[in-house]
Amino acid sequence: MEPFEFVRAAGIQDVLVAIRRPGSRILAGGTSLVDLMKLGVETPSTVVDINALPLSMISVEGDALTIGALASNSDVAVHPAIEQHAPAVGQALLSGASGQIRNAATVGGNLLQRTRCTYFRARDWPCNKREPGSGCAAIDGINMGHAVLGTSRSCIAVHPSDLAVALLAVDAYVHLASVAGERRIAIGEFYCQPGDIPSRETVIGPDELITKVEIPITNLNATSSYLKLRGRASYEFASASVATAILRDGDIVIDAAVAVGGLGTVPWRNRTAEKLLIGKQLTQESILAFCDALFAPASATPSNAYKLALARGAIHRTLRGGAEW
Amino acid sequence: MKTRVSFTVNGDTIDTAIDVRATLLDVLREELRLTGTKKGCDHGQCGACTVLVDGKRTLSCLKFAASLEGCAVLTVEGIGKPDALHPLQAAFIKHDAFQCGFCTSGQIMSALEVIGDPLANTREAVREKMSGNLCRCGAYPNIVSAIMEVKSNGTV
Ligand SMILES: Cc1cc2nc3c(=O)[nH]c(=O)nc-3n(C[C@H](O)[C@H](O)[C@H](O)COP(=O)(O)OP(=O)(O)OC[C@H]3O[C@@H](n4cnc5c(N)ncnc54)[C@H](O)[C@@H]3O)c2cc1C
Ligand code: SF4
Ligand code: FES
Ligand code: FES
Repeated sequence: MEPFEFVRAAGIQDVLVAIRRPGSRILAGGTSLVDLMKLGVETPSTVVDINALPLSMISVEGDALTIGALASNSDVAVHPAIEQHAPAVGQALLSGASGQIRNAATVGGNLLQRTRCTYFRARDWPCNKREPGSGCAAIDGINMGHAVLGTSRSCIAVHPSDLAVALLAVDAYVHLASVAGERRIAIGEFYCQPGDIPSRETVIGPDELITKVEIPITNLNATSSYLKLRGRASYEFASASVATAILRDGDIVIDAAVAVGGLGTVPWRNRTAEKLLIGKQLTQESILAFCDALFAPASATPSNAYKLALARGAIHRTLRGGAEW
Repeated sequence: MKTRVSFTVNGDTIDTAIDVRATLLDVLREELRLTGTKKGCDHGQCGACTVLVDGKRTLSCLKFAASLEGCAVLTVEGIGKPDALHPLQAAFIKHDAFQCGFCTSGQIMSALEVIGDPLANTREAVREKMSGNLCRCGAYPNIVSAIMEVKSNGTV
């Protein structure tokens, strides 16, 4: 591993100053960063350990649920307020990684984990995300796990986070702090599609710290749930996943949120397509129309086209309460 | 670069300057000679390196030791002795829950948390909760039996 300087930050100000150093990286649970540093994919010159910061609270404040950036994936997953107000978030977390990793993994780190694309993780392959301009080994390589939505000619890496998909369905906000001040970004505007610059994955600046995530408390979010389909029964990233929330008046849908994971270069949601469900019953026909709109921009390779069928099945299964289609 | 860090391992205080690149796994095995904790993949994928950090099962291969200031680490060496085995250790022997034994310390350290997890109340749920511990010898059914016995009786 490349040498680096280690800074153990005592408070938020310490962190905000330390991360202004070029080449610095925040260390939270370490489950993504340490792995990538061993592989030589991440080579920070300074590692800023933020574990001493008081950012692990999970609380209800007014009409929002607030989760500190350092709250562990395990603690958030089983917290009663999450179960009550945003069950999809707990289910998504419990479906991810393993018990050991969830204990160490934090909310902030989960949102900023890097892609699991094998070529990204192996330095002897070309990869535009790791080394801009070097090419993309996955486009003509082994890509059965890669994205079918939001891809570009530069990169087709899938976004790996389950949590981010659930947060997208419940319209969460990410709170950021830097020496310049604080700001709040809707999770739907947090991730960047690869376009021509796959190395740019989010709108967060190098000098910004995620302090917390905010989830609005709404009737819609309280109905949310998460379904993940994958190649193994457990301890595997999603082949396709879906976070849904549906409010109905009798049989008629009055509000809907459907985000999908394992499919996009970013967690994916289409609000225009969701409108097709409003005022309708959840029938095979209305769900099909929704899926057609959602997946209209998809572009699959011969080896990852199966993901689209899988995702349609997952959406049917969640929206129809398990009924066959 | 070295940095000073202080934490405990099985109750003993470690207060030393360590290379900031060292993982907890490497410090345990190479510096402290506590070789019960195994290195399988070194990348968070197998669970062989599982220890408890502040009572929670954690992969020691993905923790920089420098980041453990003030933490309490428990390894397989700290849970029982040959003449006074931890119930899980005794149950693993009774149920033949290993073949080569390479994954076993990790399985046991992981199971320490699972025996106290109210959600892990069926064989199926235990398998799900233990999915972060791979066993290349495929001793899974017996591992689950060992855990189920300790869960239901608190002993063997
Ligand atoms: C074997 C394996 C299987 C996995 N399976 C899944 C899965 O099925 N689903 C899933 O969703 N995830 C999975 N993961 C990924 C796991 O969820 C992430 O590694 C974890 O959530 C990262 O959190 P962390 O705190 O350890 O992050 P770290 O590794 O500490 O940090 C990750 C990144 O985030 C940055 N960062 C961390 N905190 C902040 C902050 N507060 N502000 C700004 N930047 C910050 C770091 O600088 C770094 O770039 C898996 C990981 C492994 C190793
Ligand atoms: S898909 Fe993206 S991350 Fe993977 S090799 Fe291509 S450019 Fe790199
Ligand atoms: S050695 Fe740590 S998970 Fe494999
Ligand atoms: S007993 Fe051999 S790997 Fe589990």
